[in-house]
Amino acid sequence: AFFWLVSLLLSSLIWFIAVKASDPRDEPLQRGLLIFGVVFSVLLQEVFRFLYYNLLRKAIEGLVALSEDGCSPISIQQMAYVAGVGFGLMSGAFSMINLLADALGPGTVGIHGDSQLYFLTSAFMTMVLIFLHTFWGILFFHGCEHRRWWEIAAVVVMHLAVSGSTFCNPLYVGSLVPSYLLMAIAAVWAYLLSGGSAQNVWRFLLCKS
Amino acid sequence: MITFMNNSDSEEEPCNERTSLMSAESPPVPSYQDGLQASEAREAQAHRKRRTASSRSPNNTADGDLSDLGVPVRESALENEEEELTLKYGAKHVIMLFVPVTLCMIVVVATIKSVRFYTEKNGQLIYTPFSEDTPSVGQRLLNSVLNTIIMISVIVVMTVFLVLLYKYRCYKFIHGWLILSSLMLLFLFTYIYLGEVLKTYNVAMDYPTLFLVIWNFGAVGMICIHWKGPLQLQQAYLIMISALMALVFIKYLPEWSAWVILGAISIYDLMAVLCPKGPLRMLVETAQERNEPIFPALIYSSAMIWTVGMAKPDTTARRPSHQTWDAAEDGRENHRSPSHADSQISETRSPVPTHLIASVEEEESKGRGVKLGLGDFIFYSVLVGKAAATASGDWNTTLACFVAILIGLCLTLLLLAVFKKALPALPISITFGLVFYFSTDNLVRPFMDTLASHQLYI
Repeated sequence: AFFWLVSLLLSSLIWFIAVKASDPRDEPLQRGLLIFGVVFSVLLQEVFRFLYYNLLRKAIEGLVALSEDGCSPISIQQMAYVAGVGFGLMSGAFSMINLLADALGPGTVGIHGDSQLYFLTSAFMTMVLIFLHTFWGILFFHGCEHRRWWEIAAVVVMHLAVSGSTFCNPLYVGSLVPSYLLMAIAAVWAYLLSGGSAQNVWRFLLCKS
Repeated sequence: MITFMNNSDSEEEPCNERTSLMSAESPPVPSYQDGLQASEAREAQAHRKRRTASSRSPNNTADGDLSDLGVPVRESALENEEEELTLKYGAKHVIMLFVPVTLCMIVVVATIKSVRFYTEKNGQLIYTPFSEDTPSVGQRLLNSVLNTIIMISVIVVMTVFLVLLYKYRCYKFIHGWLILSSLMLLFLFTYIYLGEVLKTYNVAMDYPTLFLVIWNFGAVGMICIHWKGPLQLQQAYLIMISALMALVFIKYLPEWSAWVILGAISIYDLMAVLCPKGPLRMLVETAQERNEPIFPALIYSSAMIWTVGMAKPDTTARRPSHQTWDAAEDGRENHRSPSHADSQISETRSPVPTHLIASVEEEESKGRGVKLGLGDFIFYSVLVGKAAATASGDWNTTLACFVAILIGLCLTLLLLAVFKKALPALPISITFGLVFYFSTDNLVRPFMDTLASHQLYI
């Protein structure tokens, strides 16, 4: 969560500087700067995820060196999951919390002509992002562990795609549907990488031991 | 309200204690090794020493202890085990401290966001005499720096006074001071707080009920903190007290002064704990020499360590029977509450042996705990509360400061595990908190607002 926060800080610093240096009345330029800000932020988040991975790697090596039986009390997969959850929670909290606070007060949604489903779609989008961050955490760390760069690239591309799809808002079909599809794909992929299989699911569903 | 502000400066003293973080780990020496009572007593002594005197490396003590016991020990193996145990329990300690710090912050933020009393400007403390209502920026900055200088010097004077009192064994004075200050805190501030909360929610309450509630709350609090009580209740009281104190600070410190004071106090904390002539360090060393617990009342302790009373009641009588008891003492002392109300806040609890009559048989537990000064709680909560109060109604800033402080606390605990001596808990967390506050408020907020208005997600 802290690492996500730092990445957000740096990316907003860049965006802020860019905005202050440009003309505030120029609408397309502002929008362009915003898009640039978003892309930069996504890339920076992934960079920080990678940095966090390095930090955790070193921590695990330290733990292994100190432990008696040569294996660390927490595995890298667990750390990947936790890192993903941390990123996701922070990202979700930052996206939603102001909305929630405003939702407590009086008001009408969409009174100025915006979409009336603002709160609902925000909630769904945040949820999908949190899940996605969790799965991306697992995928990313797995890719780093096994040196499969294409997995890492896939995570970055997916993140860019999801953020990019939000540019379609308020055409919610364009953003929510692809995001959920991507989430399903990422979920299945992460599950398979973590050692699950279709058989496990089947057995679980049938309540076999 | 202003009248209460005149007092106590004694409150300032404990701040130092408050801000030091001590590891209360007991040595991983198995207590069943030797059946001799002397060894038990000695081990118990070492237990206490370890608990209270944080500046000693557990390794040394453990080794010393073992050599006392005459048991051959492979020291290197013990050290390794010690380190491993330290790290293993490190995570547990972090969690044990996260919960109370989080609770305190939640109480403060919830109050700030809902009760408007604490964000209204209603005068200033006597410790910050310069007003910030000046037209020019330079003048305002100057005033806030002057306010900070006055506040910090008051704190330094108080701390030195406390150390002197402790050195010259004026335990009764300290004790009385502490009792009076916690009395004031538990009764008066709670009354005001309750009054404001009831006003906000428009709940009618008659005076007899109010009296009953506050009397019970205060009396139980006094008992829990200064005498014996269940650990969790005592921890809850300490958290409540820290929250109340932090709220007073948030209300009565002017804007810029508050931020400068936070920065200055973390620098002061760093110096007071780490410099050889720093008052806090002298305090710790004196307490170690005398083999007494340090200012138990001003410290939040997260675990329970029960000491065994095997045979010799006289040797064991010096040991406190419960950590809670100790912690209670700790709790009390820590009110660094600048609140003026606390003039007599007794800072350190005199570790009077009469109180500590261990009733002999108690289980020896391997409980380990970490102690965090109440002043740390207070200043963390002040930072987060100020962020909640003044950050343009933005929750992101509050959340960012919260995460920053917790990460700072984590790092401090990590350093504690590495260095194994009393460390200042304020500098890292407050630095992170301040950095994140200012950057989130000025940089991240416009970015996130723009994103939210277009409903973009990153």
